[in-house]
Amino acid sequence: MSQWLDVCEVDDIAPDTAVCALVNGKQVAIFRPLATDTLFAVDNFDPVGKANVLSRGIISDIQGQLTVASPLYKQHFCLASGQCLEDEALKIPTYPIKTEGRRVYVSAH
Amino acid sequence: MSNKQKLIVIGNGMVGHKFLESLVDLNQADQYDIQVLCEEPRPAYDRVYLSSYFSGKTAEDLSLVSDGFFEQNKIDLSLNCKAASIDRANKTVSTESGEIISYDKLVLATGSYPFVPPVPGHERKNCLVYRTIEDLEAITESAKHSKVGVVVGGGLLGLEAAKALKDLGLETHVVEFAPRLMAVQVDDAGGQLLKNKIQSLGVKVHTSKNTLNITDGEHAVHKMEFADGEHLETDVILFSAGIRPHDSLARTSDIEVGPRGGIVINEHCLTNDKDIYAIGECALWGGMIYGLVAPGYHMAKVAAQHLSNSGTDTFEGADMSTKLKLMGVDVASIGDCHARTEGALSYAYSDEVNQVYKKIVVSEDKKTLLGAVMVGEAEDYGNLLQLALNKIALPEKPEALILPALDGAAKLALGPDALPETAQICSCYDVSKGAICSTVQDGAQTIGDIKAFTKAATGCGGCTALVTQVMNSELSKLGVEVNTDICEHFAYTRQDLYNLIRIENIRTFSDLLEKHGKGHGCEICKPAVGSILATCWNDYVLDNKHIGLQDTNDIYLGNMQKDGTYSVVPRVPGGEITPEGLIVIGEIARDFNLYTKITGGQRIDLFGAQLHELPIIWRRLVDAGFETGHAYGKSLRTVKSCVGSTWCRYGVDDSVGLAIELENRYKGLRSPHKIKFAVSGCTRECAEAQSKDVGVIATENGWNLYVCGNGGMKPRHTDLLAQDLDKATLIQYIDRFLMFYVKTADRLQRTSVWMDNLEGGLDYLKSVVLDDSLGMCEELETQMSHIVGTYQCEWKTTIEDPEKLKRFNHFINANEKDNNIVFVKERGQIRPANEKERSVQFSDAGNAHLHQTNKTEPTLNTDQIIASDVLQR
Ligand code: SRM
Ligand SMILES: Cc1cc2nc3c(=O)[nH]c(=O)nc-3n(C[C@H](O)[C@H](O)[C@H](O)COP(=O)(O)OP(=O)(O)OC[C@H]3O[C@@H](n4cnc5c(N)ncnc54)[C@H](O)[C@@H]3O)c2cc1C
Ligand code: SF4
Ligand code: FES
Repeated sequence: MSQWLDVCEVDDIAPDTAVCALVNGKQVAIFRPLATDTLFAVDNFDPVGKANVLSRGIISDIQGQLTVASPLYKQHFCLASGQCLEDEALKIPTYPIKTEGRRVYVSAH
Repeated sequence: MSNKQKLIVIGNGMVGHKFLESLVDLNQADQYDIQVLCEEPRPAYDRVYLSSYFSGKTAEDLSLVSDGFFEQNKIDLSLNCKAASIDRANKTVSTESGEIISYDKLVLATGSYPFVPPVPGHERKNCLVYRTIEDLEAITESAKHSKVGVVVGGGLLGLEAAKALKDLGLETHVVEFAPRLMAVQVDDAGGQLLKNKIQSLGVKVHTSKNTLNITDGEHAVHKMEFADGEHLETDVILFSAGIRPHDSLARTSDIEVGPRGGIVINEHCLTNDKDIYAIGECALWGGMIYGLVAPGYHMAKVAAQHLSNSGTDTFEGADMSTKLKLMGVDVASIGDCHARTEGALSYAYSDEVNQVYKKIVVSEDKKTLLGAVMVGEAEDYGNLLQLALNKIALPEKPEALILPALDGAAKLALGPDALPETAQICSCYDVSKGAICSTVQDGAQTIGDIKAFTKAATGCGGCTALVTQVMNSELSKLGVEVNTDICEHFAYTRQDLYNLIRIENIRTFSDLLEKHGKGHGCEICKPAVGSILATCWNDYVLDNKHIGLQDTNDIYLGNMQKDGTYSVVPRVPGGEITPEGLIVIGEIARDFNLYTKITGGQRIDLFGAQLHELPIIWRRLVDAGFETGHAYGKSLRTVKSCVGSTWCRYGVDDSVGLAIELENRYKGLRSPHKIKFAVSGCTRECAEAQSKDVGVIATENGWNLYVCGNGGMKPRHTDLLAQDLDKATLIQYIDRFLMFYVKTADRLQRTSVWMDNLEGGLDYLKSVVLDDSLGMCEELETQMSHIVGTYQCEWKTTIEDPEKLKRFNHFINANEKDNNIVFVKERGQIRPANEKERSVQFSDAGNAHLHQTNKTEPTLNTDQIIASDVLQR
């Protein structure tokens, strides 16, 4: 079952931005949208630009879907599902994430 | 000798040249041996835009001849060659230099000349006309030693000439024989309003003045004496009292001319000799000389078709409607504006408060529009013209066409849909509605595209509004939403958002979203609003309120490269750098193993820095006195300079000093797109200032200010905004220019594209920046001084804030680096590994061919960077 890793404080992530955490050797981008109280965790690797940069993208609301716009070539990836809005065949991994008090926990294998 | 027929064209003016182009377009030019006799020292140029010669356009800019036109089409062009007579019996033309040339067919395109009233004294020195480039050179020359200038004639060209004199810095008068200005095009009431407006712009207008004599002045070169006993002293006199057709060749060879001049032609533009055509301003059709270029162009096409038997188009008169901006005042005249048609009725609307006058003339049954006059506001010109030309049925209350919309009521407008496909939208370039629509169907989406593909709206510009409407309507038919909303979250343009933020004093994105938007924002509106907030209030961009708005590069104050590393660009104002500065940069590059390159912007770019290295690198740069270069921002980039008068034997002023001052003044200004400047020390222009958003060139009399140039994807040369400025005025104008751009441009619109889309173009911009026609200059200057006064180096602020520095660790929870970043060596420096090199590296880490460089971590002294513990954690 999932192994939660204590990653950081919620307040280590400036509202409306993301950070990158190292979880079990994986780079996980953790988003803190202003729109919700929920955090999201997706893979940090941008499969189009082929670089570990998604945590540096802008959080974008595209017709009600919260996404991150890749800082390299601006494709949108859904924060909840990892689906790329521009390319149906493209989906990035998402990871379980939770908060306990002010601490943030992520699980990734 | 070839056995082709010989065609001689006399005159290579606008229409004569259009004739040649039409023959070429019809693929008929090689039917003939063509010889062109051109009296002027240069081939055809754009007389319509002649006045822009005063604002910096050169003879080459005005040329109408495409590269290699004469050579490729084997057309023989003789410059400085005036035809003296025609011998119709022997079919020869003799030139002033005595040459005799045979022809089979002859085209007269000799144009017209300015009429100079035979007032005694009219041949005195500095009594000039306004028709050719040589005339303009003479005017410029005489203006140098003059204080006062008078234009005789208050018609369309006269007012344009007056503007030129005013721009040359002369006290300017217009003397008109008739009781009103533009007597042909506007009525009494319109003429009166126009007079008031033009006087308020500093030109003195004297109507009902008949000049009797010109003699020596007491305080100036000339004294003009009028029939009413008054007189006026002046140094320069420009005659602009109408044009007369150049028809002497026809007169002396018995070709039929009209009673008041003009070579009589039929609907094929043939004269009474079946081998001789006449086109343009020398031709008389139906008793009329058409003093505009569009009818001349039509004649050129008709004659080319008839001559080469390749078409049946005929010339049957033309519409003389015009819209123009005279010294910033909109004036338009359509059709029968004097209500001369039998039974014609008119409606007039006059608003003295806003100085607007409009009149329409309708048919007796009130069903069709016959004519119109507009002064002070002419937005409806396109609509009204189409109503008149296409005889479209008028609404029940025709007055609604000129009355302002009262509360709530939508203004009555003729939708472009009401027009037939054949409706001519741009008369200068004869572009129909159908042509615009098919250009849109082929993919054009902006007014810039339409201009480039059809030339519509690139002549007098009067049709711009209508061309835009037709384009938008076609776009929406194609399902392309013509939506100027910035994105789904704000139903506003960037300009609207700018105004909302300023006027309502909005300080954060959340506030703006709450008051005026919906949803949560996206990568379009967030950076745009972030940029506007920064322009208005100039907060630190990485402040928690704003950080989520920053785009790829701004959010880490560096340019992200393809592999996720960053570049580092310290500011080097004006490109001037000390040896110590160079050494510091060199040492940093060496210590962090960064790829080093001199940029196209006269500074140094260090590539391959990883996120966690940025603060350490910047600490060292800031300590050595460097500031951020904003290479990442939509903001001022560089002010390039040439070495200038300090060292250069040609330099007239200190271009480096000025460049540094300008760069330091405007650094940090956030704008719709990046802004680049350059300053050159003399006209040799080694800094390439005429390709920049703002270019400055030193002259003997001060600084010349050029604006709206662009290199990049679609190069554009600058326009001259103002001349011979002292430094204080120069800076004042740049302040106004930049803030006006920032206020009104679209998102990601460089100044060049902004200018190309600015209604009224350069003249409008001048009126705003130089004459303060919008009354907002003081505000613009205050806004700029706020920006200048609140500048901070963002990197300095960042490295001094431990909280901010946390963000520069690649991982929030580990002190490791991004293992995906792989460099190889090339020419002695690092570069990102390519796919192939990476696959080798990952499958066989020890491969000997691959010089994967391990970037050695520089040793850090803990107080080199505060919060280094965060980074080292
Ligand atoms: C480094 C440099 C090339 C070089 O090695 O010389 C450069 C590099 C980039 N240019 Fe440039 N441009 C550089 C001088 C220029 C110049 C020359 C100049 O400024 O005199 C031009 C043409 C002049 C002009 O802009 O009018 C130029 C026209 C562009 C354009 C096209 C702009 C346009 O209006 O068409 C872009 C794309 C854009 O901005 O949308 C661009 C965009 C870029 C970007 C930012 C692309 C990107 O988003 O990654 C490059 C990243 C720079 C980096 O990572 O640091 N760069 N770029 C030059 C940096 C100058 C500096 O010191 O700041
Ligand atoms: C300042 C200015 C502004 C204008 N603005 C506008 C405007 O906004 N809109 C508009 O529609 N029109 C405008 N016009 C009018 C427009 O320029 C003319 O309608 C157009 O140039 C006419 O073309 P053309 O070829 O008939 O005559 P031109 O362009 O005058 O060309 C005639 C040529 O023939 C040459 N020539 C004459 N006789 C001989 C000879 N015997 N042998 C050899 N060569 C000879 C002349 O030197 C000249 O080069 C403007 C004109 C001026 C001067
Ligand atoms: S622009 Fe003039 S002053 Fe500047 S370097 Fe070139 S020649 Fe010298
Ligand atoms: S009508 Fe003159 S540019 Fe179109």
